[in-house]
Amino acid sequence: MIDTIIQKYYQGKQYIADIKNAPIKEQFRGYPILNSEEKESADENSCPTGALIKNPLSVDMGKCTFCGNCQCKAIKFGSFYKLGSDSREKLVITGELTEQEYEKTAIKSRKEIKKVFSKSLKLRQVSAGGCNGCEMELNACSNCNFDMGRFGIDFVASPRHADGLVITGPITKNMAFALEDCYKSVPNPKIVILTGACAISGGIFQKSDMLNREFLEKYPADLYIPGCPVHPLTFINAVLSFISN
Amino acid sequence: MNWKVTENNSNIKLRDIPTVNIEDIRNDIISSNRRVIGFFGNKEEEKIRLYIITADDTEGKIYVSSVLFAPETKEYESFTRDIPSFHMFEREFYEEYKIEPKNHPWLKPVRKNQDKYEFFKMQGEDVHEVAVGPIHAGVIEPGHFRFMCQGEKVYELEIMLGYQHRGIEKLFLGEINSKKNKLAESICGDRVIAHNTAYSQVIESLTETKITQRAKLIRRIALEMERIAIHIGDMGAIAGDMAYLTGASIFGTTRTLVINTMLEISGSRFGRGLVEIGGVNFDINKEMSDKIEAMLDKVEKIVDRTVSIMLRSPSCISRMEKTGIVTKEIAKSLGAVGMAARSSGMDIDCRFDFKDELYNKNEGGYNYKASGDVDSRFKQRYKEVKDSVIHIKNFLNKLKNYEEEELKIGLNEVNPDTMAISAVEGWRGEIVHIALVGGNSEIIRYKIKDPSFNNWYMLAMAVRDNGISDFPLCNKSFNLSYSGNDL
Repeated sequence: MIDTIIQKYYQGKQYIADIKNAPIKEQFRGYPILNSEEKESADENSCPTGALIKNPLSVDMGKCTFCGNCQCKAIKFGSFYKLGSDSREKLVITGELTEQEYEKTAIKSRKEIKKVFSKSLKLRQVSAGGCNGCEMELNACSNCNFDMGRFGIDFVASPRHADGLVITGPITKNMAFALEDCYKSVPNPKIVILTGACAISGGIFQKSDMLNREFLEKYPADLYIPGCPVHPLTFINAVLSFISN
Repeated sequence: MNWKVTENNSNIKLRDIPTVNIEDIRNDIISSNRRVIGFFGNKEEEKIRLYIITADDTEGKIYVSSVLFAPETKEYESFTRDIPSFHMFEREFYEEYKIEPKNHPWLKPVRKNQDKYEFFKMQGEDVHEVAVGPIHAGVIEPGHFRFMCQGEKVYELEIMLGYQHRGIEKLFLGEINSKKNKLAESICGDRVIAHNTAYSQVIESLTETKITQRAKLIRRIALEMERIAIHIGDMGAIAGDMAYLTGASIFGTTRTLVINTMLEISGSRFGRGLVEIGGVNFDINKEMSDKIEAMLDKVEKIVDRTVSIMLRSPSCISRMEKTGIVTKEIAKSLGAVGMAARSSGMDIDCRFDFKDELYNKNEGGYNYKASGDVDSRFKQRYKEVKDSVIHIKNFLNKLKNYEEEELKIGLNEVNPDTMAISAVEGWRGEIVHIALVGGNSEIIRYKIKDPSFNNWYMLAMAVRDNGISDFPLCNKSFNLSYSGNDL
């Protein structure tokens, strides 16, 4: 017992106090910073997922794996991590949009969402072909560092207890049925959050013939959180902006 | 000669691979002490060629052979009856090429949709079934588990996977380029470095590119950091599953230290973008190397202290000891690999079995008696964390001698009609990537063998005769990959 207390003393306080302005290492590849004037140096062929378009210069964060292959005079990756957005179109970044402007417009919190979910949001995560990268990062959201539970956001075991689905992975044929079944089991009102490049666009697997993404045509998503994998700060901040002011 | 003998990370001409009678292969494998690491088909016009690749761990050699099936051949006598470790490989081959291994004891699908599959049934008093999945209670990947229990006791666990099947091997076909590195990173997100290194080494072997020592060392430092990070995370998960929450939270935050250092090196917490064909994309300079050493010292101290508390706590010991035992005999017959096999007492580690001049087989000073239970797997993880710390410090020391070398070099021309094999010891065990290049210098067949593919059945054996409530603990102690198995 005494050892445990000593060990806890050594640990100190580990949580990130201000999660909305948490510092992140500058090496992190987050928001793409584009310079349209230099667009000739960009190479569309260097992108593994087709996220980069040269004319006019744009990067689709819904497809981007943030691998940094395309970095050149025209494209740099900044360390800004609040990448979530409430619509698919907003994820396409052009040269004119700075990260501050993006942050202002990306997530517009809806009145009815705030009313129902701002104090407590219980989520059911479904991995539909995810590689375990996003899953590990989502698990990390609940660890002592990020401690998402203090904002009332949690992952729950049953869809019946949940207010929404968090989908990771490109949605394989073999998971399509289970995913839809799970969605139907979540009581109304419910939200759908797409997490990671795979879920949003198919990502690196978009050319695979083993996918079945019909689910997303039937049930529109409410929140898109890009990343490969999604950083816990990206996830928590996106969900927080979505459910509160 | 029934076999073409080769080594890890080297290429062979396709025409040098002998075509033999399948009965000779069977006899050879039974009489030798080699284990299978590759068993896959490839279409050659109408015929199907089955490649069989085995490894000799004592000599560090790889043996390659092949069998040609005529279009009308629809079956052959199964290997599994004689050598049980073939069971998954034959099931996979049957699923992909429809050539049936006759008398295979359990020809269950591996990855295709199994909605109509009938599970084993158990009958009798107090007998019941528990079905779990594909969507699990936690934030993990999908898979279905069917327990056949009497009361609390599990008699048999049937595991059904394939939900994660993304057809990844097909996506590797065609042109060789660095974009496929990103694909290799997504085979399994918790072994980004290991899978990516295996892919890169296969391509470098095909093109006979000799990358610099500096790049090799940085790859190995990252590989060992990945091993430390995941082992610590999993020790936390084991602690969490036996309700020792102090351990769970301390290991959880300690893992963050390791992966955040990885973020500083490569810009991604799991090292995405670090390894690429021809070398590495990011450097570890003097300053970074000091940072890594300081981080390792800190992490080792915390892990030492926490493990020592846990291994003295009766409530932890009673949950871990004699839970989920897999004996050495069973592990060996199933063809187990990696950390799980080592905790059952097998001596198998492809970092040392296949010669790698950069690794010294030195020990971190922790030893235990491998008994194959959860306790063993917990201690094995602790041992590997300590060993890896020493490996990384060695690598960082060696790195100083190669400061002038390039990080990445260009690839040579691809040799047409060749095959290359690369085995990398990821934290779960041996990852094998095999690539076949055709006449037009494009990849015509890509085969990935993940350690989980060997080890999933070990989990089923581990939970036999255990209480069903111990399943999560057994499962976490292995922490096998769904996506690596399903590809």
